Amino acid sequence: MGSGLVVEEDGYGLGLEETELRLGLPGGGGSEGDVAKNSGKRGFSETIDLKLKLHTVVDSKEVEMEVWDKMKRLPSQKNLLPCTNDPEKPSAPKAQVVGWPPVRSFRKNILATHSDKGSKVEGEKSSNSVALVKVSMDGAPYLRKVDLKMYRSYQELSMALEKMFISFTSGNCGSQGMSGRDFMNESKLMDLLNGSEYVPTYEDKDGDLMLVGDVPWEMFVESCKRLRIMKGSEAIGLAPRAMEKCKNRS
Amino acid sequence: MREERSDMSEDEDGGGGSAKSRGGGGAPPPFSDQVLEIVLENVLQFLSSRRDRNAASLVCRSWYRAEAQTRRELFIGNCYAVSPRRATERFRRIRAVVLKGKPRFADFGLVPINWGAHFHPWVSAMAAAYPWLEKLCLKRMSVADGDLSLLAHSFPNFRELSLICCEGFSTAGLAVIAEKCRHLRVLDLIEDYLEDDEDEMVDWISRFPETTTCLESLGFDCVGGAVNFEALEALVTRSPALRRLRVNHHVSVEQLHRLMARAPQLTHLGTGSFGSAAAAAAAAIPQGGNNVVDLVSTFAASKSLVCLSGFRDMAPQYLPAIYPVCASLTSLNFSFAEISAEELIPVIRHCHSLQIFWVLDTVRDEGLQAVAATCKDLRELRVFPLDATEDSEGSVSDVGLIAISEGCRKLRSILYFCQQMTNVAVVTMSKNCQDLVVFRLCIMGRRRPDHVTGEPMDEGFGAIVMNCKKLRRLAVSGLLTDKAFAYIGKYGKLVRTLSVAFAGNTDLALMYVLEGCTKLQKLEIRDSPFGDSALPAGLHHYYNMRFLWMSSCKLSVRGCMEVAQRLPHLVVEVIRERDEDDDHEAVEKLYMYRSLAGPRNDAPPFVEIL
Repeated sequence: MGSGLVVEEDGYGLGLEETELRLGLPGGGGSEGDVAKNSGKRGFSETIDLKLKLHTVVDSKEVEMEVWDKMKRLPSQKNLLPCTNDPEKPSAPKAQVVGWPPVRSFRKNILATHSDKGSKVEGEKSSNSVALVKVSMDGAPYLRKVDLKMYRSYQELSMALEKMFISFTSGNCGSQGMSGRDFMNESKLMDLLNGSEYVPTYEDKDGDLMLVGDVPWEMFVESCKRLRIMKGSEAIGLAPRAMEKCKNRS
Repeated sequence: MREERSDMSEDEDGGGGSAKSRGGGGAPPPFSDQVLEIVLENVLQFLSSRRDRNAASLVCRSWYRAEAQTRRELFIGNCYAVSPRRATERFRRIRAVVLKGKPRFADFGLVPINWGAHFHPWVSAMAAAYPWLEKLCLKRMSVADGDLSLLAHSFPNFRELSLICCEGFSTAGLAVIAEKCRHLRVLDLIEDYLEDDEDEMVDWISRFPETTTCLESLGFDCVGGAVNFEALEALVTRSPALRRLRVNHHVSVEQLHRLMARAPQLTHLGTGSFGSAAAAAAAAIPQGGNNVVDLVSTFAASKSLVCLSGFRDMAPQYLPAIYPVCASLTSLNFSFAEISAEELIPVIRHCHSLQIFWVLDTVRDEGLQAVAATCKDLRELRVFPLDATEDSEGSVSDVGLIAISEGCRKLRSILYFCQQMTNVAVVTMSKNCQDLVVFRLCIMGRRRPDHVTGEPMDEGFGAIVMNCKKLRRLAVSGLLTDKAFAYIGKYGKLVRTLSVAFAGNTDLALMYVLEGCTKLQKLEIRDSPFGDSALPAGLHHYYNMRFLWMSSCKLSVRGCMEVAQRLPHLVVEVIRERDEDDDHEAVEKLYMYRSLAGPRNDAPPFVEIL
């Protein structure tokens, strides 16, 4: 198996990829789904019930790389037109590079909201540029924040979350002063997993708890207020509700 | 004799000079040795500079111990260079700690989230080892609310907390600090990123003790949400020692007025929005002259003000209110205010005493000329771009730079963002401002040449390192060939920090720097064509450096691995943000640093330690 994604064969597979809005790069978006389909591996393009399997990160790399193939951009690079990665060649005009010019995001955000003066945006958040949501994982001592605008698909988000919460387990061990990192990770992971899988859920604008993967990506980014990665056993009750909402929409 | 001394220290309980000899044999250590150490401690306690202390500790074991016992301030420039346990075991009487974490390029998004720099292991170790800790300054650390809580509960004498460019905590953590740290004098939050949602903010201001506080400095201009103003006003009223207050942009100018009336003794003021409350503005209530007049008299009453900042949503009609304090201002930060030259000139004309000035490039060259005409005592200038993109219209240029260099001869530090520059201007500054210690020029267009001659900017930066003999920090930009780096290596003998971006032609450039800059401590490079063959040029020096950062260069795992093997006390981190299918060999980001602690055990999966 070794896949980071599992597709439910029941009513979730609504095949919403046609309606899904994608922010793919010119020529990049469409083929991504094709690559996934052709390879026969499960890609993000199907409406998915994402389940994070922390111990299979290594195995899932193969799958992810296929789908990742056409999307070779750092998640943190926004507003890019296709440009070469060759540092020798001058880039096309208007292509922005991460962290250049070197102005701290603290300052950039403040000055950006100045230009939004008309809409009276609160604090550093501008509705255009960032969609920051808190991410909590059951059992992890830290909360994290992610900027949903940095990702273009559930796939990307899923990968980022996996990376984030792997580091929680190793971070836990580190702060407890464990030296045998590998040893501690394995048994700690086994404790955490212990047969149950982790399911990403989110709280939407209405305050409802939903399963991630329910709606087209764009819609998700707009409506998601908070992410919560819970143990699979707790998420069971969500399934029928999610189906209800889907039915109401279609 | 030395062996006896070390025996003595092993038996010591950490107090000085107790003479417990090992059970049984051997004569007790000479009384004179104990006296010597006590005397030594009494002398060394006056030594404050950490460099002097480091030198003293190397003299001999006795000095090492005495120094360790008397050191009060611990400076950890890289939280991964030493383990918390080792630091707390060596230095047992620390009262103040400075701790720095992530590399500076993290400020620009080049270091992935969750890279590390967790405060937790440090605060845990210090909670056990330094119950009398008073001061803590963290920079670029990842600090959780739980850590702040542990801090608040572990150090009953805690007095000063400064968090600079940190992240991971929220107003909940601040609330615990406010409530539990009864002796708190300083709470300075500087450009931190708080983890709050608007609907989940905690009213931390209300949690300060209701009695008179000993607060001297309170700065929260980076806190995103509004604070409880009534509570803030009450807090200011019962804090007679308050000298520095920096509020966030939710505090309107009317509210600021009230705060200033409560605290006329302020020396440093962060003015918040300096604009009207939204409701009044929307209702178009004529603000008129009255408000400004009131504000002017309030500023006039604040006779001690020397530092002004904030101005986040400044309404220009309020600017004249600060005239009464301009003449005594030594520091003025307009870098969030979009003011024009016309608006700046009437203000800056009065600022004869100004030493530090931060401003947006909206004031244009004309504004800078006005600064140069008046601020003869200027030591530090920072000109930030309103529009931080490569192809925005340049508002300041070589003209402004030349004007500043001619007017402000005592300049020590400059950060200047522009779209284009000339060698002539940079050379002029190098000759006029001989006291320059920090020269950071950011030509925002990548690899842009001299816009008049079309030549690389080599000569300009070369002149800076040649003529500014005190230069310690340099950031270069524009079109630069290897020649610029030859100059830096040859003349930059005191340079400690060097920042390079989109520059150089070949590995030679990096080699010049590594071989020539004998005092180099921090080297950060991005997007420059330097490869593996340049790395060995620094092998003799990497242990003297705090770190080397190289991203988007031409490094491979093999080259970095060689360095890692040759230098066992160097931690060589390869950071990979995405799964590279095609090129496992290429190193996208290299971060390497000397360390006594070995490879860290909290590295996230995208970090590989060679």
